[in-house]
Amino acid sequence: MKNRVRYTFILPALILMTIIVAFPIIYNLYMSLHIWFVASGSGPHWNGLKNYIALLSDKRFWNSIRVTIIFTVGALGSEVLIGVLLALFFNRQFKGKDIIKTIFLFPIAATPVAVALIWGMMYNYDLGIINVLLKAIGLPPLLWLADPKWVIPALIITDAWQWTPLILLIVLSNLESLPTDPFESAKVDGANSLQVILYITLPMVKPAIIVAAMIRSIDAIKTFDLIYVMTQGGPDIASENLNLYIFNMGFSYFRMGMASTLAIVLFTIVMAVNVFLAVIRNRDVT
Amino acid sequence: MSKSYIKTGLFYIGIAAITILPLIVFLWMFLTGLKTQMDNLAIPPKIIFSPTLQNFKSVFAQNNFLKYLFNSFIVAVFAVAISLLFGLPAAYAIARFKMHKIGLTLLIARMIPFISYLIPWFIIFRKLRLVDTYIALITTHLIITLPFIIWIMVNFFENVPISLEEAARIDGCSYFQVFVRILIPVVRNGIFTSSVLGFIFSWNQFLFSLILSGNRTMTVPVAVFKFISYEEINWGGLAAAATTITLPPLILTLFIQKHMIKGLTSGAVKG
Repeated sequence: MKNRVRYTFILPALILMTIIVAFPIIYNLYMSLHIWFVASGSGPHWNGLKNYIALLSDKRFWNSIRVTIIFTVGALGSEVLIGVLLALFFNRQFKGKDIIKTIFLFPIAATPVAVALIWGMMYNYDLGIINVLLKAIGLPPLLWLADPKWVIPALIITDAWQWTPLILLIVLSNLESLPTDPFESAKVDGANSLQVILYITLPMVKPAIIVAAMIRSIDAIKTFDLIYVMTQGGPDIASENLNLYIFNMGFSYFRMGMASTLAIVLFTIVMAVNVFLAVIRNRDVT
Repeated sequence: MSKSYIKTGLFYIGIAAITILPLIVFLWMFLTGLKTQMDNLAIPPKIIFSPTLQNFKSVFAQNNFLKYLFNSFIVAVFAVAISLLFGLPAAYAIARFKMHKIGLTLLIARMIPFISYLIPWFIIFRKLRLVDTYIALITTHLIITLPFIIWIMVNFFENVPISLEEAARIDGCSYFQVFVRILIPVVRNGIFTSSVLGFIFSWNQFLFSLILSGNRTMTVPVAVFKFISYEEINWGGLAAAATTITLPPLILTLFIQKHMIKGLTSGAVKG
């Protein structure tokens, strides 16, 4: 009886998930072993592992890996650092705290295409507010999105604007739920506030920080909307991350086999980073 | 005494300085939408100007914008409704019968890049001539909303005391009756939170819609993106469009603010 119930409840969802999720992934894996130029009208040709081998000497692939790493490390690093610092700063009772928490939810919920569009305007050389501010404090204006050196920092700033609040709010809600005893006994023992933060607070919220970093890393590695709307990978390919390269391979050049191969590589990277973070977390928990 | 006043004052100034950062971008977006083309091209930028709703009016007048809003709405509502229909019983079974392996599989589904789904689905939908239909969009948006809603709801079902179900079952209710009459009402907060978040995810979705929608089914993020290429210089119009599409998610956020962060993290905390 119990078994029958269990499967009646879960089977519909399992079947649907198999169709929409599992099947495309298997298809993707199969495609990654083929050459398929979809615009030519002919079907896929078996190519074994040669797609994967071809990647090793593909300069544009390595460029996209480099962009992915710099963007992810820069965005994740600044978001975690600023997010945790802000959470520590906000971790006390004050008037208007609830309103401020709500305000920080807005960037998280905002449509990424709209965010990218507005930041694109803000980075405009002549009219953008950011160069106006730079000039106001006596600094030279920058080309930002049009400058290969500044395009990734510019994208990181926008990403950090949108997602630092997520880290902040996750860590803050964890801080608020901590028991107060360790802090009181540390104060009795004469610890100063920096020591309390370093040796008591941070170790206690470390699991929450890692969870926040996991969630962000999954999305940062796969960033698409932001970059595609703001730069389309440019100037030239200076901001083309792996996800954009896959998109161009598939939907600009219609090389579906190669695009599938790249997609498998991207998936592997996301999985590897998350297994790594999960191992760190579980090591601390036990 | 006065020293602590200064300290409190500084603290509030610090709070204000930090909180202005998320707000100012939205403010700038909105103000740019209210400015005429002349005002938007002024150097230095005008802080004082006479606001006009002309940009918003022309956004709605041109480009079938209302139709795109409707498309986004339909796709999001169906993606969420189908996810609830399939996801709620599954979440209950995972929570009650401790099928955590299935839960882990759902987390992996979330890590898979959307583009990995998009390539096969594009090929299939093209063959079936289903590109630019609601079916194609709803199917792909389900890839996001279904695992997500199951994940959140597993959490909510786990918090329901089993005694509640057992009492009802002793009274002669079947599993199905217990589920519909007792459990669904108990977890209604979770259903609300996950539905709203699922709606926002679908509303904001860009990649699937970019490839799988067309003139008939175009959703608002894609419409705004296409708008950029024609209207590079028309900042007022672009900002008005951006304001319009991002307003629904912001308003929805107000209804779920208490649970939103818990909802967004519930999947990863367990994995």
